[in-house]
Amino acid sequence: MWDYTDKVRDHFLNPRNAGPMDDPTVVGEVGSLACGDALKLFLKIDDTGRITDATFQTFGCASAIASSSVLTELLKGKTVDEAAAITNKEIAMELGGLPREKMHCSVMGQEALESALKRFRGELEPLVKPEGEIVCKCFGVTDVQIRRAITENDLTTVEEITDYTKAGGGCGECVLDLERILAETRGTEPAKPKPAAPKRKLTNLQRMQLVTKVIDEEIRPSLKKDRGDIELLDIEGAKVLVSMRGACSGCPSSQLTIKELVQRRLRDAVDPDIIVEEVRS
Amino acid sequence: MTVIYLDNNATTRVAPEVLEAMLPFLREAYGNASSMHGFGGNVGKFISEARERTAQGLGCSPEEIIFTSCGTESDNTAIFSAVRSQPEKRHVVTTRVEHPAVLNVASHLEIAGYEVTHLKVDELGRLDVQELEDSLRPDTALVSIMHANNENGVIFPLERIAEIVKSRGILLHTDAVQTVGKLPIDLQKLAVDFLALSAHKVHGPKGMGALFVRRGVPFRPFMLGGHQEKGRRAGTENVAGIVALGKAMEMAAAGIDEENSRVKALRDRLEQGIMDTVPDVRRNGDPESRLPNTTSLAFKYIEGESILLMLDQHGICASSGSACTSGSLEPSHVLRAMGVPFTFAHGSIRFSLSRYTTDEEIDLVLRELPGIVSRLRAMSPFTGNDETAAGCAC
Ligand code: FES
Repeated sequence: MWDYTDKVRDHFLNPRNAGPMDDPTVVGEVGSLACGDALKLFLKIDDTGRITDATFQTFGCASAIASSSVLTELLKGKTVDEAAAITNKEIAMELGGLPREKMHCSVMGQEALESALKRFRGELEPLVKPEGEIVCKCFGVTDVQIRRAITENDLTTVEEITDYTKAGGGCGECVLDLERILAETRGTEPAKPKPAAPKRKLTNLQRMQLVTKVIDEEIRPSLKKDRGDIELLDIEGAKVLVSMRGACSGCPSSQLTIKELVQRRLRDAVDPDIIVEEVRS
Repeated sequence: MTVIYLDNNATTRVAPEVLEAMLPFLREAYGNASSMHGFGGNVGKFISEARERTAQGLGCSPEEIIFTSCGTESDNTAIFSAVRSQPEKRHVVTTRVEHPAVLNVASHLEIAGYEVTHLKVDELGRLDVQELEDSLRPDTALVSIMHANNENGVIFPLERIAEIVKSRGILLHTDAVQTVGKLPIDLQKLAVDFLALSAHKVHGPKGMGALFVRRGVPFRPFMLGGHQEKGRRAGTENVAGIVALGKAMEMAAAGIDEENSRVKALRDRLEQGIMDTVPDVRRNGDPESRLPNTTSLAFKYIEGESILLMLDQHGICASSGSACTSGSLEPSHVLRAMGVPFTFAHGSIRFSLSRYTTDEEIDLVLRELPGIVSRLRAMSPFTGNDETAAGCAC
């Protein structure tokens, strides 16, 4: 059982401003069911740019609900500019603190707010495209989000980054990138990169044949066991374009399958530089 | 507030009779069974008695019982013994849904160069016996398959598995931590070589377990030291724990009929009551073959920890099928192996009953749970929106 403060418990058990809003001025959204938590923030903003009402809908654990609840309280009555200054730290502090491993819930609040305000300013399309490059594919976390979490919360380790953003908490493939971003952001020496795997010299034709062989003989049969399938669409240099089929198509974990199973196997068997990308049809 | 304890697959209340039986060994009879003086040596006979009671509960002979510190130690001992006694064999078969006490040993073996086959389960959590049969090889050292799953309660067809595995001359271990005391086990008929159990799942204390090792099966001790347990498990005997296990096993054997009728009826009433009153609920696991005390239910659109904490407000203890910790807000490995969709998997709750569960307790859960679910659903952005919530756990 998590050690929650009384305030977290209170906001969880008696959430303020829960539920959707009729006719909101703007809605901010983050997270997904696959990630295990999601937040939809509804704001009503008057002509002077003041937030007159805020409500939320949250899928997630107690601290996700409490963070959303306290955020709506913080927002009411603030101007858009004042609201933009709210950080995840402030959300967590307002709750009397969150367990370290649950800090990402407060970050989710900040991000939903940001998405709402950006939409308000007309900076966001209806479908949110994350700012920056996705670093952690498992949880869809970008470098911008990671850098911000590091600076704003004075993070010093990769584990802390995971606690605050979830990046690195899945397959672990992004951990080296997290180390690099951490070093860059803090202006310290980057961790020594692992020695590169020896490259095999393959002609394009050899590479194509080998990739096809490994997919047909190893990867496809193993996906088929789980009622999934994969189709090889194209090979452009080191980039292998595939499409997931059967039970794997549209699966939120397909990125994990692609990186963990397909890419890893192809890197081992064919070329350590291979990058596998999914083309969604 | 009274506690309504419906998390008995995690641990059970120590039976008052068990506590009584063990207390003298924590008070006055504190001697070391290995001592030469009578004060210590006399406790030895209580150990023998407990061994007999434990063996009786399993239908084996007392010499086939090794007392250990827990189910995990028993599982570890069995697996390591099997591979060490057959160093030429480098393949192990297990399932994707084992307890970490087996899964983590399997990963350890993989790192050490063993090949491990992890058998799949279907959407009801069932094994494909044919897949098991096909996975066996001349160099298979061990098959380790749990008797029933702790999360969804699904019982594996161990007798059939034993027939197949033993016909190939391969060692078979079963983690029976969840079935001892809930299902009749007769080791004269059930042809496993190793069977692990744990006292605290059968109303005994924590920190006490046992391992059955069939006579004639090659054995390599896991713990080395003194000559206790005939050299098969060193370390001063936990006399109070051993006596308690003996008593708990005796009571469990006597209570199996109750488990199979009264407890099962309560479980079914709870399950049916929830399914009748709460929409969008699904049962995780095979309804035909599962533990009489367990139900795992998945509530669409909401998340397990939130349900648990709200239940906790009413003193109701259950457990969730999601490990809501940093970075791994993932459904459990068991639910993932079953392919439970994300929409349901995150909101899975396990209720596990015991001989102490009452009708009134079930009534209270049935009264409180529907309100909790609808409160949380009213807060969820996914409620009623299958499109945004869609996803599979493949
Ligand atoms: S954990 Fe970051 S890519 Fe998997």
